[in-house]
Amino acid sequence: MKLRWTINGAPGELDLDPRVTVLDALRDHLGLNGTKKGCDHGQCGACTVLIDGRRVNACLTLAVMHDGAEITTIEGLGTPEAPAPLQREFVRCDGFQCGYCTPGQIMSATGMLAELRDGSPSHVTDSLTAEPEMTDAEIAERMSGNLCRCSAYPFIREAIEAAVGEERE
Amino acid sequence: MRPFDYTRPDSLDAATDALDAPGARIIAGGTNLLDLMKLQVMAPETLVDINRLPGLDRIEAEAGGLRIGALVRNADLAADPRVRHAYPVLSRALLAGASGQIRNKATTGGNLLQRTRCPYFYDPAMACNKREPGAGCAAEGGVTRMLAILGTSPACRAAHPSDMAVALRALDAEVEVHAPDGTLRRIGLDDLYRLPGDTPEVETTLAPGEIITAVHLPAPDAGAVQAYRKIRDRASYAFALVSVAAVVAVEDGRITRAALAFGGLAPRPWRDGRAEALLIGKAPSEALFAEVAEAVLDGAVTDAGNDFKLAMTRRALAAVLAETTGLAPASTGTDKVEVPA
Repeated sequence: MKLRWTINGAPGELDLDPRVTVLDALRDHLGLNGTKKGCDHGQCGACTVLIDGRRVNACLTLAVMHDGAEITTIEGLGTPEAPAPLQREFVRCDGFQCGYCTPGQIMSATGMLAELRDGSPSHVTDSLTAEPEMTDAEIAERMSGNLCRCSAYPFIREAIEAAVGEERE
Repeated sequence: MRPFDYTRPDSLDAATDALDAPGARIIAGGTNLLDLMKLQVMAPETLVDINRLPGLDRIEAEAGGLRIGALVRNADLAADPRVRHAYPVLSRALLAGASGQIRNKATTGGNLLQRTRCPYFYDPAMACNKREPGAGCAAEGGVTRMLAILGTSPACRAAHPSDMAVALRALDAEVEVHAPDGTLRRIGLDDLYRLPGDTPEVETTLAPGEIITAVHLPAPDAGAVQAYRKIRDRASYAFALVSVAAVVAVEDGRITRAALAFGGLAPRPWRDGRAEALLIGKAPSEALFAEVAEAVLDGAVTDAGNDFKLAMTRRALAAVLAETTGLAPASTGTDKVEVPA
């Protein structure tokens, strides 16, 4: 089936079997290997990308369902010369060990911070009717869809907090 | 994944026609269906993608309550200001389920129709009457930690996994169903979900070609306190061992209204009117809450792998009732209903 995507700002066309997930389309058909395949069942978050600005598991959705969509992957967030604040802070804070989950962590954090800016509550938000604050507990809860088997969680949370601070400056 | 045809209708009528194809299934968020298709637990021959049907992605005020379109994403429903103020138990239940990524994709209708996470249903190498009628049930003598203890049958002990549906059950929500002849009907959740009996493969009362188009919430209960409490094996992103949704009102020291729904315990969100009735007109007390828990758990069928759910349910219910009646201070997850004047 033919479909059109805008990937990291560039429009393009694809012709795919309906079984191809967004994840497999990115990795196997477009050569964008930054997005990682971990569990392939939505449990680990390594495949997280933004579709039309929202974070989703690329493994749990079909490419053909997203004709016309705008997709942002880790390759579209920044470059080695000009990294996005989250990318820079993950390096500075050592927010990883093996690095396999890192693109998913960073894409998830990008979507998560947008949700926080929109005032969306979480499971640990005390008041549903007040603006949520960005605490360590809030970050941990909101990032629970991203596993890190090296367990770099404290530094991942630190990197996310630092990136927010950087954006505010 | 087995090969399938894919179609994306742009109207309800076209979707209904597409569902006529043999082995046709609706796909909305797809977060559960695609998972099951990868495991070949489900193998639809045609996927009918309803994501672009017009008008199903809105939350609208109606008759004092809300109409939630079937395609409203779980994240959007949880964050809707009207839901956060007037139906906080629904926000809390949604936020207790899945992950941020899944909630951005999963829909209201799909959440209701998600399949059980019984490990034997998920593993095609194991016997499962739900997956393959008559095959037997590998849960007998197996690992039953996540399985149901109420409403089960010898054929099936699978629990319904939804958090959202537990809150909707406590809120007396109704499901709007579009029939192939174009008519709409509205049914309560107990009329949507069947208990397993001898046919655990038939999970709902939906007829072929019927499509869930919305969920209706009645007008909010302005004087009530609502709570959702979920107990699970890790702090986040896990299915419930036990969960409780409560809508409770107290006037002049007496409980005047009480709706209690339970997750993790049964093949559908579990509600017991006889147990709720024990609370009405009484002053809240720990002894009363224990009496209610015993009524809820009357008839429970447990084994050594899940009999912990009895004590867990008693404690969860006691905590939720203490907080919603004011016997204990409210913690995160217990909220007053706030209705704009």
